[in-house]
Amino acid sequence: MKRKDSTQNVLNRRSFFKISAVAGGGVMFSFPFASDLLAQGRGGAAPPPPNPNNFIKVALDGTVTIVAKNPETGQGVRNMLPMMIADELDVDWKNVRLEQADFDDTKYAAQSSGGSTATPNAWTPMRQAGAAGRALFITAAAQKLGVPEAELTTGAGKVNHASSKRSATYGELAAAVAKLPPPDFSRLKLKDPSEYKIIGKKHSAYDIGKIVTGAPIFGVDVTLPGMLHACFEKCGVFGGKVVKANLDEIKKLPGVKHAFVVERPVITDAVLPGEPGLENGIAIVAETWWHANSARKKLVVEWNEGPNAGDSSVGYAKKAEELGKAAPQRTLRADGDADAALKSAAKVVEASYSYPFIAHAPLEPQNCTAVFKDGKLEMWGNSQQPGRGRKLVADTLGVAETDISLHMVRAGGGFGRRLTNDYMVEAAWIAKQVPGVPVKLIWSREDDMRHDYYRPGGWQNLKAGIDASGKIVGWKNHFLSYGDGETFASSSAMGPTEFPQRFVPNYTLQSSVQRLGIRTGALRAPSSNAFAFVIQSFIDELAHAAGKDPAQFRLDLLASGAPLPAPPAAGGGRGGFAPPGMNADRMIGAMKLAMEKCEWGKKKYPAGTAQGIAFHFSHMGYFAEVAEVTVTGTKVKVNKVWVAGDIGSQIINPSGAENLVHGGVIDGMSELMLQEITVDKGKVVQGNFNTHGMVRINQAPIAIETHFVKSTASPTGLGEPSLPPVLPAIANAIFTASGKRLRQLPLSKAGMSWA
Amino acid sequence: MAFKLNVNGHTTSVDVPADMPLLWVLRDVLNLKAAKFGCGMAQCGACTVHVGGQPVRSCMYPVSQVGTKAVTTLEGLSANGTHPLQQAWETVDVPQCGYCQAGQIMSAAALLAKTPKPTDKDIDTAMSGNLCRCGTYLRIREAIHKAADMGSNAAAKTVQTAGKE
Ligand code: FES
Ligand code: FES
Repeated sequence: MKRKDSTQNVLNRRSFFKISAVAGGGVMFSFPFASDLLAQGRGGAAPPPPNPNNFIKVALDGTVTIVAKNPETGQGVRNMLPMMIADELDVDWKNVRLEQADFDDTKYAAQSSGGSTATPNAWTPMRQAGAAGRALFITAAAQKLGVPEAELTTGAGKVNHASSKRSATYGELAAAVAKLPPPDFSRLKLKDPSEYKIIGKKHSAYDIGKIVTGAPIFGVDVTLPGMLHACFEKCGVFGGKVVKANLDEIKKLPGVKHAFVVERPVITDAVLPGEPGLENGIAIVAETWWHANSARKKLVVEWNEGPNAGDSSVGYAKKAEELGKAAPQRTLRADGDADAALKSAAKVVEASYSYPFIAHAPLEPQNCTAVFKDGKLEMWGNSQQPGRGRKLVADTLGVAETDISLHMVRAGGGFGRRLTNDYMVEAAWIAKQVPGVPVKLIWSREDDMRHDYYRPGGWQNLKAGIDASGKIVGWKNHFLSYGDGETFASSSAMGPTEFPQRFVPNYTLQSSVQRLGIRTGALRAPSSNAFAFVIQSFIDELAHAAGKDPAQFRLDLLASGAPLPAPPAAGGGRGGFAPPGMNADRMIGAMKLAMEKCEWGKKKYPAGTAQGIAFHFSHMGYFAEVAEVTVTGTKVKVNKVWVAGDIGSQIINPSGAENLVHGGVIDGMSELMLQEITVDKGKVVQGNFNTHGMVRINQAPIAIETHFVKSTASPTGLGEPSLPPVLPAIANAIFTASGKRLRQLPLSKAGMSWA
Repeated sequence: MAFKLNVNGHTTSVDVPADMPLLWVLRDVLNLKAAKFGCGMAQCGACTVHVGGQPVRSCMYPVSQVGTKAVTTLEGLSANGTHPLQQAWETVDVPQCGYCQAGQIMSAAALLAKTPKPTDKDIDTAMSGNLCRCGTYLRIREAIHKAADMGSNAAAKTVQTAGKE
C-alpha cells in the first residue's frame, strides 16, 4: 500500500504533467513514469526532478500516439501500458499508435524489463495520465459548447453533450487543450472497472501485423548501409585468453575484411556487479555472417585457459556430497527448535533433491549492431537492461556514456538472458576497431549456449517431521549452492523466508557453498524455477507420509501460518518498495480455484493416469496448478494443466495473459524433463537444441486451462509466476500415477521422456 | 559463384559461395529478413521457407541446391498479409516474442497445402520441427484449425501458386 501512496503523492504534483501544442495541430501530454518518480526517492544526493518525457499525442485526426519506453521481449508490455492510458483517455484502441523510445536516461529514469515489474509500477500512473488527458478534453469542450462539464460524457475520442446532441472530437479540441493548465490530479476520477472498454478485453500484440508478414523488427534484422557482419570466438573456458592464432591465414579467406584479437582491458572503474562483460577472443568481420562464420571454422587458436579449466559437473557433485555430509557453513534461519521437533515427531521424512545448471536460450541468438564514428558510438540492441549495457560499454571502451546512443529493438525472447550485456560490449569493441563502418555481431547458437549466465544448479537435503495428526512440526533444509564465503553466486541464494518458513513452527535453513568457474544469472522466475520443484515435491512426500490428500494437506498447511509480518518501509528494494511476503489467504484462493476447475479428487482415472498439484508464490503472483499425466513405462504425457492465479484485481490484456501462462507451463515442462548444462574441463558441453532441448508441439499438453482469481489487490506482473508450480505439479502427478518419486532434475536422468 | 534465383516470384542473381546456405543469401544478400537464424543445424525451424513448394530448413540448404525451383519466404506468402494463416495468426494472437513465427507459418502453409483439414495429430507431426521458445504451441494448433476453416481451398491454392511461380 505504501507504494500506491507514494505514487499518488508524486503524481499529484501537477507540475510534472506538461501540456504542449504539437506542430501541425494536436496536443501532447508529457508525464513521468512511476519508476522514474520512485527512483527519485532512493537515498543519496537530492535527485533532479523527474523529466516528463513519456508522452501521449493526440493529432487533429484523432490519432493517438503513445511512446513505449520499455524493451519488448515478448512479454506484451507494448500493449499493456498503452491500453491503460487509452482506456482512461477514452479513445478507440484502433486509433492508437505506439512509438518506440530510444534509450535515454536524460529523459527516462528506468528503461528495463525484468522481474515482472512493469504492471505494478505502471498501473496507477498510466491510468492517471489517461484520465488527466480526458479531463482536459472535457474542460475544453465545456468552454467550446458553453455547457457545464458535468453534462459532458466521452467515448471513442469524442466529448458528447447528450441533451443538445452536440459533440466535439478530441482532434477538434486539441488546440484549445494545449492552452489549458494541467488538471488537479487529486480530483481525477478513474474509471470503475465496469466502465473499461479496452482494459480487460483481448487485444492482439501491437506488432502482430509485422510479425506475420516477416517485417524486419528484431535485433538480428537491423541493416545499415555499408554494414559488415561479425562473429566472435571466445575461449570455451570462462576467462581464457588467446595466446596465438592463425589470423594471417584467416584474413585471406573469402569475404573476410578484418580479423583481430580482442583483449579485455584492465578496467579500473567500477565493473557492474554480476556482469563481467567483455571476454577475450577473436573477432572476424566479413561481408556476410556466413563468410565470417565460415572463416571462423578455419581458426586455429592456442588458448591460455586460466584457472577455471579444472571445473567439472562431476567435481561439483562430488564437492556437494562432501558438503552435505559436513556441518553446514551458515545458518540462514532458525525458528524454534527443528532438531527437537524432529526427535519427537511421529514420522520423519528425509530426501535429497537436485537441479542442474540450465541455459536461457532465447530463440533469437545474442546480437548487437554498432557504428563508431568521430569518437561516438551509435548502437542498436535488444537488451533487457540497456542502461547497464551502455555503462558496461562506456567503462570497457573508455567512451563517455553521453557519447553512446542506443536504439531499442524488439527482442526474440529474453527470459533474463538479456539482463546482461556481454554481446553489446563485444559489438561496440569490434565497431571501434573499424571506425566509420557499421558492424552487426551475431552469436551462433553454440556461443549463446556456452557463454550464458546459467540458472545455477544446486542440491537440497531436506528433513521434516510430522506429528500424529499429520501436521508438519519441524523442517530442516541444508541448501548446497555456489558462492564464496558469505556471498552466493548471482541468483544462487535462498532467502530466509523461503516457504514453508512461517508455516512450520520449527524451521531451520542452513547453507554451504562451493566456488564456481562459470557464470550464473537470473532465468525467468529466478530461484523459484528450481525451489518450487523441491519444496512442493517434498511437501507432497509429507502429505503421502501423513496419509493425507495432497491438496487438503496444502490447504491445512497454508491455514496454519503465522501472520504476515508488516512489509518493510517504502524507500528500499526494487522500484522503491519491497514486495510483500506471501498472503496465505490469496494462495488458498488460488488453490481452491484450481481444485474446483480440475475437479480434484472427483475424477476416476485408469491406472497410470493421475493428477498432481502444487503452488508457488513469486514476483507477487499466487499460482496453484494441477497437471493430469499419463505414465506409460518411462513415457510421460501431460494431458492437461489447470492454472489458477491471483495477480490482483484486473487482468489487463486477457489474450496476452493467457499466452504468458501457456508459455510458463511449456517452459516449465522443458526445464522439468529436458534441460541440463554440464561442465567438463571448464567448458560447457551442450551447444545446441539437440543436447539442451525444448518441448516441441507434439509434446505440449492437449489443453491448458487458465483461470484467475480476481482479488482486491493492485494488479501485478505475469512474466514469471506461472512457471514454477508446473514442475512439481507434474512430478507429483507422475508419483501418483506410477509410484515414482523423482527428485533429480531433469527427469530424463531417471530415463524418463515426454511421450 | 553466380546463381539465378526465383524468390517470391522475382528472378534475381546473386554471387555467393556455392555452399552458402539459402538462409544467409536471403538475409544478408537479398535483405529478406523474415526467415530467422535460430540454431543453424535444422533443430528449430525458425529458418523455414518453401523451395519448390516444400518446406525446407534454409540454414542447412545450400544455395547451389535451389536450381530453378521457386523459393517462397513469409514475405511472399501473400500480397499483403491476407493468407488465411496470417489472418488466423492475428485473430488468435499467436505470437509472444514472435521470433519463431515466420518459420511456424511457413511450415503450417506447407501442411495446409497438402492437408487442408488437418487433425491435431497432423499438426503435431508437421510442426514438430518448429520450436517455439515462448511456448505458443496451443495457439498455433488453434490458428491452423481456424485458417483451415477460413478457407482451406484458398490456402492450398495460394501456396501451390507461390510454389510454382
Ligand atoms: S536456424 Fe534453421 S532450423 Fe534452426
Ligand atoms: S513466439 Fe517467441 S519463440 Fe515463438
